[in-house]
Amino acid sequence: MTDLTSLTIAEAREGLTNKSFTARELTDAHLAAIEAARVLNAYVLETPDRAREMADAADKQIGKGEGGPLAGIPLGIKDLFATRDIRTTACSKILGNFVPPYESTVTSQLWRDGAILLGKLNNDEFAMGSSNETSCFGPVVNPWRREGSNTHLVPGGSSGGSASAVAALLCMGATATDTGGSIRQPAAFTATVGVKPTYGRCSRWGIVAFASSLDQAGPIARTVRDSAILMRSMAGHDPKDTTSVNIGVPDYEAAIGKSVKGMKIGIPKEYRLDGMPAEIEKLWSDGAAWLKAAGAELVEVSLPHTKYALPAYYIVAPAEASSNLARYDGVRYGLRVPGRSIGEMYENTRADGFGDEVRRRVMIGTYVLSAGYYDAYYLRAQKVRTLIKKDFEDCFAKGVNAILTPATPSAAFGVGEKGGADPVEMYLNDIFTVTVNMAGLPGIAVPAGKDAQGLPLGLQLIGRAFDEETLFSLGEVIEQAAGHFTPPRWW
Amino acid sequence: MNAPVTSHKLIKGATGDWEMVIGMEIHAQVVSNSKLFSGASTAFGGEPNSHVSLVDAAMPGMLPVINEECVRQAVRTGLGLNARINLRSVFDRKNYFYPDSPQGYQISQYKSPIVGEGEVELELEGGRSVTIGIERLHLEQDAGKLLHDQSPTMSYVDLNRCGVALMEIVSKPDIRDAEQAKAYVAKLRSILRYLGTCDGDMEKGSLRADVNVSVRRPGGPLGTRCEIKNMNSVNFIGQAIEYEARRQIEILEDGGTIDQETRLFDPGKGETRSMRSKEEAHDYRYFPDPDLLPLEFSQAFVDELKTTLPELPDQKKARFIADFALSPYDAGVLVAERESAEFYEAVLARLADRARDGKLAANWVINELFGRLNKEGRDITGSPVSSEQLAAIVELIGEGTISGKIAKDLFEIVWQEGGDPRALVEARGMKQVTDLGAIEKVVDDIVAANPDKVAQAKAKPQMIGWFVGQVMKSSGGKANPQAVNDLLKAKLGL
Repeated sequence: MTDLTSLTIAEAREGLTNKSFTARELTDAHLAAIEAARVLNAYVLETPDRAREMADAADKQIGKGEGGPLAGIPLGIKDLFATRDIRTTACSKILGNFVPPYESTVTSQLWRDGAILLGKLNNDEFAMGSSNETSCFGPVVNPWRREGSNTHLVPGGSSGGSASAVAALLCMGATATDTGGSIRQPAAFTATVGVKPTYGRCSRWGIVAFASSLDQAGPIARTVRDSAILMRSMAGHDPKDTTSVNIGVPDYEAAIGKSVKGMKIGIPKEYRLDGMPAEIEKLWSDGAAWLKAAGAELVEVSLPHTKYALPAYYIVAPAEASSNLARYDGVRYGLRVPGRSIGEMYENTRADGFGDEVRRRVMIGTYVLSAGYYDAYYLRAQKVRTLIKKDFEDCFAKGVNAILTPATPSAAFGVGEKGGADPVEMYLNDIFTVTVNMAGLPGIAVPAGKDAQGLPLGLQLIGRAFDEETLFSLGEVIEQAAGHFTPPRWW
Repeated sequence: MNAPVTSHKLIKGATGDWEMVIGMEIHAQVVSNSKLFSGASTAFGGEPNSHVSLVDAAMPGMLPVINEECVRQAVRTGLGLNARINLRSVFDRKNYFYPDSPQGYQISQYKSPIVGEGEVELELEGGRSVTIGIERLHLEQDAGKLLHDQSPTMSYVDLNRCGVALMEIVSKPDIRDAEQAKAYVAKLRSILRYLGTCDGDMEKGSLRADVNVSVRRPGGPLGTRCEIKNMNSVNFIGQAIEYEARRQIEILEDGGTIDQETRLFDPGKGETRSMRSKEEAHDYRYFPDPDLLPLEFSQAFVDELKTTLPELPDQKKARFIADFALSPYDAGVLVAERESAEFYEAVLARLADRARDGKLAANWVINELFGRLNKEGRDITGSPVSSEQLAAIVELIGEGTISGKIAKDLFEIVWQEGGDPRALVEARGMKQVTDLGAIEKVVDDIVAANPDKVAQAKAKPQMIGWFVGQVMKSSGGKANPQAVNDLLKAKLGL
């Protein structure tokens, strides 16, 4: 029965419809796999009872021929999504044992369509991190290891639990969120597919906020098709989120297999970094060659403000975060560390409740918004953001359909290897992905090859606003050419 | 827009005259069923924390959604203040930690408010008037309330009011003395109540004012200002300004300087005291709220709202003066409160001959009705005499059925016992006697019985008043005074 976990969502959907197996069997297989993989620390909360309950309900629906598009598909949910009556912590001590009396819009749409909740997935605390090492539940371990090494590697972050669980067959797909690369970078580190939709495509309601103008929910799955299937259920207008956009949700799956002939693919010269590893260079040119072979036209494009994106991102995101995280004050829910005055209670609670990286960003954010520094930092960063957006607009205005870049500057690294002395070392992980959030555009990371040590590498495609379909079409071309990568099971 | 120097009060100091420069920030709670960014009720006086949504409590992942009715109310108010309406405005976060602010920030409007410059015309005693400029009006969230009396060691928080929409209306520093400041608050309150955008209930805190006061030599350069926070009574505002101006003058005349600071008014002691200095002022770290798109609407939306605006006090006053020849003072009294104007208009609506009785009706509403209500400490909404009853009384006078004196008795009966004034006049025989024969008999009797007075009257015609009084007395007040006068003149040969 364990090989049920290796099915794709598309395959499982067929098997469930044909009654080759039940949702309950599929769910039990995953629950067993999760139990056997606790060393990966991908789940921070397993919900087997809820999962079986939902599976039985899905089986009933399927039996009546009334199963939704995701009927019986077991998923993992990043712990940033509020799940009704189920502990939701953003992997921060400050939320403690917070149990929301509400369900995020994105997850409620998944349950509406019949999906099954296996549990809550680990992530960097408040989604701040690129290695899933800032979680109060401890780091997630990447199921991939360097050839001949037992060293634990990070799965990337902040959606490290999602990526690790999907790669290790601990769920068929997972929700994730991406503020600067938190879906695409871990997808690239684990040979999974990660989609960061256009800003406004998925509702942010009920997702613990990191940086509101950048946060966007999206799926991580094992194939491009599976990610398209999940996207259709996750996306959609929500009147409860005024930044969500009221346009129809297309049948993303229909874009899979669509010809990319004649599409113009931009190769941005500014993404060719000094000292970029040769294997990343090769991966990039392989990807370009595969798209060309499929009939796409490759053009060199310029995104001149790229080099300012990361510094600007590390002003805008912490600024918003410093304000978004002000509500964790010990007054109404979550952790409270008493003090002799209200001020002392705030200080004690927030000092004890937030980890180092969160505190660092709250302080950076507070600083850049403070009187006398606002214009020099926040305002200037917003101007840079406008220029970055314009770079992409100019590019797309010239008929470019999508832009191809590496997803990350390197493959996965070891737990504790990076960022210990200099946080910027860790921030550089997002060098290829932050521009997309700054511009509000959709991006997809697709596994495309391995480095010399046998670790997966991914390519990123950046699309026009609300044109995720083109990304799915192009992503599948790369997937077909590169093949699938599964980590050998060692846990 | 500065008022002419003669129209306001100067303060005499030991070293000469001083002039006050006053600007006000009025926080007016918007009339709406639900809060500015959530669906929770705005009802006053619920059990603590009974009107709190997930958004108001700032639960993780909650997002604000603008309440369109609050936007309409702000636009209506802007139109009522003759102000520029900004078709695009931006909500910002004002960041500060306090338990009455669950988000850790207040959503407000900082650089781009929904309403820009406007003006309010004030009428002062003695027919003087002054125009006060409006700097801006913006929408923002109200805070919750801390309860310090529930536990010996802890404070509790009630979030019912948290997130209710407020309009902050900022004046230009055009106000020059306490009288103007009080008139400004009263006028603004009146306009808001006419518009139905704020109930103006200062006791419940629906209308609160922060007052910025500085003093200078008349017409000279501006002085350093102090802000007196959170006052909810027109009289306190007047007292606080007077006290604060004198405090500042005393310091300046002693050679000192004014520290820019925030102060609180203590109504018990009648003085202001320091709350926090400029150095202790918060750095609110304003930035545009990324959860909300800029607020944009069309000119057509504004025009549509314009058509729904009620007649405002200034317009109503002008109309009363033009149509019923009311004095500006009387018209001003009638329009000051929306309910009073409504009562007067309800009386008017029931008059058959408005041109004849309109002014009389105004006199009766102001003098008899308001006078009596004031005496008993009641307001117009609790008047025992309805507009219908008062209109009937006025008409009875206007058509000559009863005299003004009888009308006062009738008013008293209606006040005490109720009933239809016409029926009462009929039933109690209060009708004015206009039968000349009957009046003539009374006149003759009185003339015959008082030969000495007749002689006096011939020498001093004003003595006719004594005869009129006697005739009215013996007719029980019902004789038509005009007829009595005419007859007496003839009989006495005056």
